[in-house]
Amino acid sequence: METPAIQVNSLSKTFTKAKIKALDDVSFEVETGTVLGLLGPNGAGKTTIVRILTTILKPDSGSAKIFGLNLSSQANLIKRQFGLAGQYAAVDENLTGMENLVMISKLTHLQKRTIKNRCFQLLEQFDLIEAKDRPLKTYSGGMRRRLDLAASLVNTPPLLFLDEPTTGLDPQSRLMLWESIEKLVKEGTTVLLTTQYLEEADKLADQIVVINHGRLIANGTPSELKNQLGTSIVTLTFNDIQQTKSAFEIVTSDIKNKSVIEETSIKILTEDGPKTALQLLRLIDSSALVLTGLNISEPSLDDVFLSLTGLNNHE
Amino acid sequence: MKSEQLHIKSESRSNNIKYLRSAYWLISDILTITKRSLITYTRIPQALFFSTLQPVMFVLLFRYVFGGAIPIKNIQYVNYLIPGIFVQTVLFGSVSTGIGLAEDLQKGIIERFRALPMSKIAVLAGRTVADLVRNIFVIIILTGVAFAVGFRVETSVIFFISGLLLLLVFAFAISWGFTIVGLSAPNSETAQVMSFPLIFPLTFASSAFVPVASMPSWLRGFATYQPVSVLIDASRKLMVNFPSTASNWTVDETLIWSVGALIVLLPLAVFKFNRSG
Repeated sequence: METPAIQVNSLSKTFTKAKIKALDDVSFEVETGTVLGLLGPNGAGKTTIVRILTTILKPDSGSAKIFGLNLSSQANLIKRQFGLAGQYAAVDENLTGMENLVMISKLTHLQKRTIKNRCFQLLEQFDLIEAKDRPLKTYSGGMRRRLDLAASLVNTPPLLFLDEPTTGLDPQSRLMLWESIEKLVKEGTTVLLTTQYLEEADKLADQIVVINHGRLIANGTPSELKNQLGTSIVTLTFNDIQQTKSAFEIVTSDIKNKSVIEETSIKILTEDGPKTALQLLRLIDSSALVLTGLNISEPSLDDVFLSLTGLNNHE
Repeated sequence: MKSEQLHIKSESRSNNIKYLRSAYWLISDILTITKRSLITYTRIPQALFFSTLQPVMFVLLFRYVFGGAIPIKNIQYVNYLIPGIFVQTVLFGSVSTGIGLAEDLQKGIIERFRALPMSKIAVLAGRTVADLVRNIFVIIILTGVAFAVGFRVETSVIFFISGLLLLLVFAFAISWGFTIVGLSAPNSETAQVMSFPLIFPLTFASSAFVPVASMPSWLRGFATYQPVSVLIDASRKLMVNFPSTASNWTVDETLIWSVGALIVLLPLAVFKFNRSG
């Protein structure tokens, strides 16, 4: 069997100053040539995992291997195996696109005579050739992310870390970036991608690891995760939040199914949608509450997230 | 026996090549980061313009506003003043090392540098070298201004240039201290206000603008022997042949201070940088 691209073995990390347990015994593997989506809300520990795996941060305990190389003892070899593109678009806004790429290429210790060609090729690939001599200050958000991604590819790494690559981008730019990522995956690059967007994980990832408060709470393919939930979801909608809260109390006191409240609607997970819906309707009918909507649906990845973390993903 | 010797020899040779290669990449990394910082200065010409204007205004202020009221025996005030202004300028310039570093840390570009196979020291060294270059640029302009307001070298061109080199070396060493400030500050604004209480007493409780003999006795001891005064006295000696009241060895003392500061501050800065991951 081929060595996995990433092997993470019970990593833990505590930030002593902030007294936050950022990672608590996290383990997972990423097969070579696949895409892992690391999913979790803000502050879940996604970036901490990326920073540890890119040798920037040292874990308190646990170990990790990149292509079989040991993170703690072979950091310098590992650094030539991956590219990192960050959520903060870590490029220099005072330099031009070309200057940025040349700088990163030099600091990656590429052979001098190959640098110019490689940079032109990347600028071409990411549709930035016309903007190559403009300082990044003049770039749009999407252009910056593309340059950031290009910068992480100067040495054509077999492994790519993308830390929230599309956070804050408009839908059009997001689509463009997704296409670029999909193309890289097709060419054989292994990708670890962190995201708050379920849609993104669903679209790009072969395997999804969900973390919350530094803990791994789920690990599987998108469809496996969806199957964990049961077969359907009943959604009740009300006029206002007050009514929703009262209804939630009534529902949870009577029904043992997992249920969550989300603004003016309540979602109830169940094996048998119609039967649960009937039961719920009787309950609501016997109260003074006014139901404004009822829906029975297949669970989305959004619902998986909601049920796993008890959190609204968009909060 | 012979083959064993040969083996050892070739091993030490391959080690040598390894050291040479890492030395090559270290220098290459430092130059790349230096170039990046210098490009940044040219892209924000306003910052460079006003940071050069400030010492020029200090020259004019002390030459024409305060200078008349500060009589000093055996020397014209303008000749007394200019070495002091030079030192003040390069020290204030070294503060910008910390500010620039704090700004980079905030923006996340250093995060990317940390994940690259480049040398870590280069991230800091590139910054300090770039600020040395910037200090050289500012000093050249200031030299022109100094001559325009009546400053005259009383030694020789060689001595005058040695004086400039001396204060540039000192400022370079001190800028490593400000990289520590930059690494400790949460943002560039804080780095700036943190630097002020460090640099202010050293620059003003010194022989830069007035003779230390005019200060109260509790301050005089500090003002005479603190390293910035030693540097100013050394520069005066080299540029306008004005003897120090404290020591005949100010140039040597300045070099010792500079090397000492570098030996202490550079490893501290690198240690701090490695820990602040």
